[in-house]
Order: sequence, then C-alpha cells, then structure tokens
Amino acid sequence: MDTLMSLADGFHTALTFENLLLALLGTFLGTMMGALPGLGPSNGVAILIPLAFTLGLGATPSLILLTSVYYGAMYGGRISSILLNIPGDEPAMMTCLDGYPMAKKGLAGEALSLSGIASFVGAFIATWGLILLAPQLVKFALLFGPAEYFALFALAFATLGGVSSTNQAKSAFAAMLGLGLSVIGVDTQTGVPRLTFGEVHLYDGLDFLVAIVGLFALSEVFIFLEHRHGSATGAGHKVSVGRITPPWKMVKETTPTMLRSSLLGFVAGVLPGAGASLGSFISYSMEKKLVDRKNTFGTGDPRGVAAPEAGNNAAAGGALVPMLALGVPGSGTTAVLLAVLLSLNITPGPLLFQNNPDVVWGLIAALFIANFMLLAMNIPMVGIFTRVLMIPPRILMPIVAMVSFVGIYGISGSSFDLLVMIGFGVMGWLLRKLDVPLVPIILGTLLGNTMENNLRRAVTISNGDYWTLVGSPLAIGLWTVAIVGFILPLFLSRFVKARMHERGDDEGAISD
Amino acid sequence: MAFKLMRAAIAVAALTVATGASAQECIAPANPGGGWDFTCRQVGKTMQDLGLIDSTMQVVNLAGGGGGVAFAEVVNKRNDDDNLIVAASSATATRLAQGAYPGNSMDQVRWIGSIGADYGVIAVAADSDIQTLPELLDKIKADPNSVSVAGGSAVGGWDHLKVLIAADAYGIDDVRKVKYIAFDGGGEAVTQLLAGSVQAFTGDLSEAKGFVDSGDIRVIAVLAPERLDGEFSEFPTAKEQGVDAIGANWRGFYAPGGMSDEAYQAWVDKVGQLYASDEWKQVMAANGLAPLNLQGAEFESFVQNSVQQIQDISRQIGIIK
Repeated sequence: MDTLMSLADGFHTALTFENLLLALLGTFLGTMMGALPGLGPSNGVAILIPLAFTLGLGATPSLILLTSVYYGAMYGGRISSILLNIPGDEPAMMTCLDGYPMAKKGLAGEALSLSGIASFVGAFIATWGLILLAPQLVKFALLFGPAEYFALFALAFATLGGVSSTNQAKSAFAAMLGLGLSVIGVDTQTGVPRLTFGEVHLYDGLDFLVAIVGLFALSEVFIFLEHRHGSATGAGHKVSVGRITPPWKMVKETTPTMLRSSLLGFVAGVLPGAGASLGSFISYSMEKKLVDRKNTFGTGDPRGVAAPEAGNNAAAGGALVPMLALGVPGSGTTAVLLAVLLSLNITPGPLLFQNNPDVVWGLIAALFIANFMLLAMNIPMVGIFTRVLMIPPRILMPIVAMVSFVGIYGISGSSFDLLVMIGFGVMGWLLRKLDVPLVPIILGTLLGNTMENNLRRAVTISNGDYWTLVGSPLAIGLWTVAIVGFILPLFLSRFVKARMHERGDDEGAISD
Repeated sequence: MAFKLMRAAIAVAALTVATGASAQECIAPANPGGGWDFTCRQVGKTMQDLGLIDSTMQVVNLAGGGGGVAFAEVVNKRNDDDNLIVAASSATATRLAQGAYPGNSMDQVRWIGSIGADYGVIAVAADSDIQTLPELLDKIKADPNSVSVAGGSAVGGWDHLKVLIAADAYGIDDVRKVKYIAFDGGGEAVTQLLAGSVQAFTGDLSEAKGFVDSGDIRVIAVLAPERLDGEFSEFPTAKEQGVDAIGANWRGFYAPGGMSDEAYQAWVDKVGQLYASDEWKQVMAANGLAPLNLQGAEFESFVQNSVQQIQDISRQIGIIK
C-alpha cells in the first residue's frame, strides 16, 4: 500500500510538462542512438550527460532524461539488427539471429512491431520488478558490511566482461586499468595525495564524467576520423518495412515467450555487472531449449525475436535495482547513470529511498511513462527511425564532438578537464583497436575508490585479519557467484563472439 | 535563427561582464549542492533581501582540490579584488593546517566572519549498551581494538579529529590507538552503525538529526560549549560529562589578501549585520546551524587557533611531520 502511495507521488512528480517533454526527448534520442550501429546505451547516455548539465536540470529531470535514453536505446538497438543484420548495440545482437531472416522473408514490419511489443512487455514487467524488489533490497542492505560490499564489487567486476568479451583477460586488464586510474587523487582514508604530481586539479581524482565522455563519445569520433574515406554507415541500404502491425496470431503465439524471457532478463539484470547482453543471451538460449521443437530458431522464428528483446529490456530495468538500492551498478549504462547521480550530489544506496524519495519514485513513474511513449514511437513511427540509419556519420560525428566539448566545459569550466577528456578519447580509441572492452574501465574508475575503502574498512575493523572478507554466508555466496561469473563466459564466449564477428562488428565497444 | 540566438547570447554575455565588474561575487569552492555552495547562495540571497548589497550576489562554483583550486585562484589571480568573498568552513582550516593546499597558508587571505556552526556529536546505535561519553572512552582506553568509530570524513579529516579531541581531553595518551573508519559521508557511516559493523559514530549534528528523530541512534555527547536551544537541548554536552572537548564545524568567509582595509571593513560589517538579522536566525533554525558569532579580527584569531589545534593533533597521529 505504501508502495502504491509512493508511486502515486512519483507520478505527481513526473507528470509535469517539463518532465514529460524530457521523457519524450530522451526516448526519441535514445531510440535513435540505439538504432545507429556504433552508438549503444552507454555511449548514448554519456553523450547526453553534458546536455542535461548544460540545461541546468535538477536531479529528477536529469535522471528522467537519461533513463529515457537508456530505455530508448534498448528499444532502438533492434532496428538495425532486423533490417541490416548489424546489431545497433550489443544487447540487440541476439535479435539478429531471427530478426534478419524474418526481414529477408519479407516480414521486416512484423519483426519490428513484434519486437517493439516484446520490448514493451520486458520493460513493463521489469519496472514492476524494480518497484517491488528495490525497497526490499534496501532492508536487506543492512546485512552488507564493508566485507560484503567488497565482495559485491568484486562480483560486479568479475561478471562484467560478460558473454561478449573476446577473452576474460582483456576485461580483467580493463578493470585493472580502471582501478589504477581511480587511485589518482587524495586518498580518502589517510588524506595522502597519490599520483597527483603536485597538480592541484588532480587532488580530487579524475572526474568520471570526463572519463566517460572521453572514452565513449570522443573515441567514437576518432574511429570515424580514421575511417572517413569509407562510406556512411547506412548509405546504400534501401530498406522497405512493409506492414507495421504484427498479426494477432503471432502476438498470441509469442506471449508465453515474452513473459518467460522478461522474468529471466530481469533476474540477469539485477545481478551486478552482467547487464542487458546477458539478459538477451540467456533468454534466447532458454527459449531455444524450451520451445524450438521444429528447429526453426535462427531461420526467422518470431519467438526468436521476441525472446531476446523482452530479455534485454527487462534486464535494463533490472539493472536499476542494485544501482538505486545498493549503489552498485548492474550494468555499464547504470554505471554511467551512477556517475550522474553522484555528480548531482545524490548518493544512491540504502539512504536514497529515505532521503530522496521524490527522485526515486519520480524516476520510476517516468520509466512507466517513457515505456508507453516508446511503444507508441516504435510501432507506428518506426519508419522515422529506419531513416535515421541513413544519416551520414560526417554529419553525426561533428555533433557528437561539439556536444562533448561544450558539455564538459559547461560542467566544470576547466580547460584542464578538456585535456583529460581528449586523453581519454585517445586512450579509448587505442583500446578499441586492441578489442579491450571500455565498460570495465569506467566501472573501475567509478567504483575503485569505494571498493578499496571497503576493503580497508573491513580489514581495519577486524584488526588486520583478512579472513573477515569471507566471514559471513552472504560474503561467501557473493564470492561464489563472482568466481562462477568469471569462469563461465570462458566457455560461452566462443559461441557469442563468433556471432558478433560474423556481423562485421570489429570495433567491439558497443557494449552495455 | 541560429545567428539571432548567437547575437542574443553574445549580448547577454557582454552585459554580464559589464555589470559583473562591479557586482559582488562569492566563490563556492565546490560543485553546486554542497555546504560551501549553500553558504554563498543563502548568504547572497539574505544579504540582498536585507538590502546589504544592491545587486544579486554572483555565485561562482570553482570546484577542485577540496577547495585548493579556489584558494590558489584567489591568492594568485584575484589578490586585490575588493568585491570578492569565498565560502570556507572547518574543512578549509583542516586542509590549510595539514598542508593540503600546496604552497598556500591561512595568512595569504583575510578572514571576514562566521555565519554559524554545526556542532560535532558522538553517537551510538539506539540499542547499544553504552550510555555516556565517558563509558565509551573508558572502553576505548581499556581495549582500543574493541571499538570502531565511524565518520564521514577521511582519516585526519574533521570527523576524525573531533573524536580525537574528545579522546585527548579525556586523557587517552596515545590517540593514534583510537580506531577510526572513514566512510563517504555521514549517512553511510550511520548505516554501518545500524548494521553493527562499527560501535560509534562521529559527525555533525545536522547529519545526525534525521536518525535521532527516526529513533535509530542515540547522541551521547554534543561537542558544544553549552547545551543547544530548542529540540537539541536534550542532548548532553561533552563538557558536562567532564570531557572538555569542543568541536564546531563553522561556516564563514575569507577574502583576497590584498583587499583594501575599507572594503574589508565593509564586508565585516555586512556579515555582522546579516548575522544579527531575524531573517538569518530563521535560516539558521531551518538548516540546523548553531550560533557562532565572530567577525573581523576575532574571527581571524579563531581560525588561527583552530589551525594550530588541528596541526597539533595531526602531528600526534602522524598525518603531518
């Protein structure tokens, strides 16, 4: 009952003209970014952070804008998967498997609208899951002492490489690099400056927003500069969509698939680190095992389109649960959102629901609204977004570069930060050449300090006894999941990665 | 259209620069939303409401280095600006004392006045068997490893120093033995107190208030010279329990070192008038600020003493040499 009251208050917050407009803008831009191959949800959110700050938005409006982008990108990713057989972002990878064959059979419109509905169902169920689970998890949060938090962070890092990384060594390397970058600045435990070289700008450490925009947005521009003689991504693909409503029979047939995949995707999303790619991957695999009796998966089976889309959208919602309740992001994009929250002086975690209920419930209400907007946008108006695929990068990329520079300068007013951002851009470009995933770097930079502090707190409290790290059943459980999560992809990745390379996605940074 | 917008933007920018030259400016050495930002904006607004300044106080956020970027900027580039004040607090004094603003010291700027203080508290979980401050300190004295004290600042930061000031006043010889666990903010520290990971909490009254109201924690001592007013009057002071420790997180302003004497005096008067006004008393009540009324030379020597005290303790615990 309390929950419903809070939710009503949330709708009260969200249903202002400004917030509705921001949700509309966010969902539109998000779908567009999701649809463009190369720009995924984390890049999408990263690019729009400066916009949110430049507009001088408060906490709730900024979050509404950025999470709308997040949900929108989850919807948009499927468009290019289905029409061009190029995943718009990593979570949409699995949608290629049955979506493109459907399009080849002349069922592109059906595939698009069906996957739109599946996305809606996934996101809708996940938002309810968020409402029911997050406040419960907050109560559970008191079981988390420093040792348990340390294990939870380790879990996030171990599973982050996830199903898509070429090899776990590269994800581990990226995570270590991020952790290394996070020690720059004054050590909060002792007040000793580390790796600052006497530069006062470095005393507060690297600003993770600067790092995020550099790594994701600027590196995209550099990649484009490198390939600039090549043709524009979408040029030359003439796509016809056909009818844009799915036959009722198809919807009925896929409903159980959608429901199962939504639940599974949500659970995958709640696990820290794993995120939406895992959600769509396991949803697809499970459906294939459960219902693929005639071996039609992979040849344009509607259920093969519905499963991953419901799964990845549900995972997007699920990933918000640990971010809001514990302050530990469930995916790369929520890590970016966490950075935004921190910059807005809002500390996610158990106290968020107590101190800023308007932010939490306003956000949740906005997710519902955004989801309906997205449904409307993605079924009748899907034609607009198919045209987005034809925007040449030579127009798009300068916009990205401009937004990055103006935005970061607008936030900090420091030219030093611009140099740091360019440095991160170059680093991002180099690392993408080497196929090193970028999200672990961000997660490392963002969480490194907290993780280190929790380790040191745990050890100080136990008077130097390191066994305290595995001193409770909860900690042992978390470590177990972390180890399994790190080792399992070694076996799974062969399959997934092969699919990805088949799609000609070499730069490999379109990750969630 | 775009061109028109651009022209409008340039016009606005030019206007801002033109009027900015004579307008009063307050630098908040942190991002919007924190305590320093609050100090600038709240004081600017109230001063304008009272007619102490004729135009809006322009608030500039200059974050970085825990206030060090702003301090260096004022010393190096704005040293003779008469229309500039900068928000400061105990954190500023702590960092100055510990040399965390490289190459800067407190006598490079002029200290104007305080606008209130947030007194330190030491608290335990509501279900703890510790009832008074001496009980807690006895426990620490007997076995320092058995008590972990949590606070929201870094080791050597203000929350840490407060508990050390109390321990020192109680006669614990080696204050280094007091086990302090640094958290990212008071809220997180209280959460861990409730979770049972730590046994005591050191923080500011304003951050503890919410948890006292909800019945989660019990304040065993306020580090104020005497009992506070209103709803806070039920909390015992450390002094009345025989521990002569005072820890106030004050808020106030400094100004460029080369500011003319007339301008300095004018600012001191304005802050004094602000402090005396009823409007400011309401702001203080609404934000949990306790009285601390110091201006001009008095304030300067207060900061001087506080820097000295922090230096002594920091030296004892080995943070500075």
